[in-house]
Amino acid sequence: MWKWLHSYADPQRAYRLSSTLLPWFSYLAFAFIAIGTVWGLLFAPSDYQQGDSYRIIFIHVPAASMSMTAYIAMASASFIGMVWQIKSADWVAASIAPVGAVMTFIALITGAAWGKPMWGTWWVWDARLTSELVLLFLYLGVISLYASFEDKVLAARAAGILAIVGVVNIPIIKYSVEWWSSLHQPSTIKIIEESTMSSDMLYPLLINIVGFGLLLGAITLLRFRTEILARNSMRSWVRELAQIEGAK
Amino acid sequence: MQFHNLSDFFNMGGYAFYVWLSYGVTFISFGLLIALSRYKKQKTFQDINKKTLREQLLKSRRSDIK
Amino acid sequence: MQNNMSYSQAFLTVLLRDLHVAVRHRSDIFNPLLFFVLVIILFPLAIGPEPQTLSRIASGIIWVAALLSSMLSLERLFKADHLDGSLEQMLLSPHPLTLLVLAKVFAHWLLTGVPLILIAPLLAVLLHLDDQSYQALLMTLALGTPILSLLGAIGAALTVGLPKGGVLLSLLILPLYIPVLIFSTSAIDAASMNLAYTGQLAIIGAMLITSLILAPFAIGASLRVSTN
Repeated sequence: MWKWLHSYADPQRAYRLSSTLLPWFSYLAFAFIAIGTVWGLLFAPSDYQQGDSYRIIFIHVPAASMSMTAYIAMASASFIGMVWQIKSADWVAASIAPVGAVMTFIALITGAAWGKPMWGTWWVWDARLTSELVLLFLYLGVISLYASFEDKVLAARAAGILAIVGVVNIPIIKYSVEWWSSLHQPSTIKIIEESTMSSDMLYPLLINIVGFGLLLGAITLLRFRTEILARNSMRSWVRELAQIEGAK
Repeated sequence: MQFHNLSDFFNMGGYAFYVWLSYGVTFISFGLLIALSRYKKQKTFQDINKKTLREQLLKSRRSDIK
Repeated sequence: MQNNMSYSQAFLTVLLRDLHVAVRHRSDIFNPLLFFVLVIILFPLAIGPEPQTLSRIASGIIWVAALLSSMLSLERLFKADHLDGSLEQMLLSPHPLTLLVLAKVFAHWLLTGVPLILIAPLLAVLLHLDDQSYQALLMTLALGTPILSLLGAIGAALTVGLPKGGVLLSLLILPLYIPVLIFSTSAIDAASMNLAYTGQLAIIGAMLITSLILAPFAIGASLRVSTN
């Protein structure tokens, strides 16, 4: 059933496929984010409690949700690479990691910038913020482990093991942090629930979530292509391509 | 349109600093990431070309000696 | 190693070998322990000698110092074996790698975890830990330090082949230690307020069993990557 997928493990076919997909992802991501952001900033009504500061939600929530999606995607790719020995999957994992780390960083910064006017402080040791911070360190661990091996085949495997160990730990960390913050902070600050959001606010948010997802895909594809080229630099098709592209 | 004029829009109901800080950080980091990824791709191409050239050079010298 | 060696024999051989090596290099045991003591002594000097403040943060200080000192000793867990080639012998041996790895981790815990458990009550006295918290401190350390050794060994195995693995090791492992830290300190806090802390202990116990089952596989896989 999944046999047709295996042909894309071949680097050249994977490169071609990602080259065809990349423009679609990029343009769609640009369109979605542009629509979502303009709608969110200009047309969505002000929140009756938070005024216009809530407009940070249109990038904060998409970044936060994509930071977790990216980690799961990275760990799944590592798992596929490890179990079925598909190198392309390892390269996908290596390409996702920096994008996920940037998403996590954005989620943290925008969360802090939202927290300052709303809670009066840049940072609270709230469960979500803390687990997001831990997630950033998990990403940085994977990235620096991948970077410190000279042999990238080994690097991908080592980083893959770490990503999988991290994914086993994420629920435990999340649960422990939630439990910890409820213990130390009886009155946990609530961020507005999404279900109570009016549709004027919800639609731009959903559009931006899709847009951030597409952007995650686009940058991953871009990095994935580079990864394929760098790992296959001895192949003749890569050399021919480099002759054409490098001259630009 | 929620805002009556441009300065109203930039003021963001008094939360200008926080809102524009978030949006600024987001789009600057995305921009940097994309620029960095593109630069890396170009650099990889150049590295591969350099390697090809070096190998061709080595090969031609070896044949000269013979 | 002989082929007809039973699993328990192989386990004991590796364990005793590691203990022998450690006895010959005593500084490997004492330096992390000294580090642990020094870190704890620094806190009252930095924060001030008020007994109330100290007893409030005692559990946290002891546990953070325990995490850091375990970090210090982990770096050498596989290093010497990797350099002299005995690690490769271990990978080639007919016994399951998970078993041998478990023996090494157990030896590491005996050499670093157990001394820490023994010395912690003395340091708790210096930090004015509440009288009713001592039992909780010892029990969390007894259940928690093996988890530190098990999880830390994954990081040590991943970084063993790298020239500058030490700093990287802490980046990889400390985030994974967070749950242990949270539940241990909260158990001690609960005990200081005369509340039941069996729930926290049960969770730490569950984490110990989970890591006991899963970590050896991750360590084994990481060692195979690192010695390639």
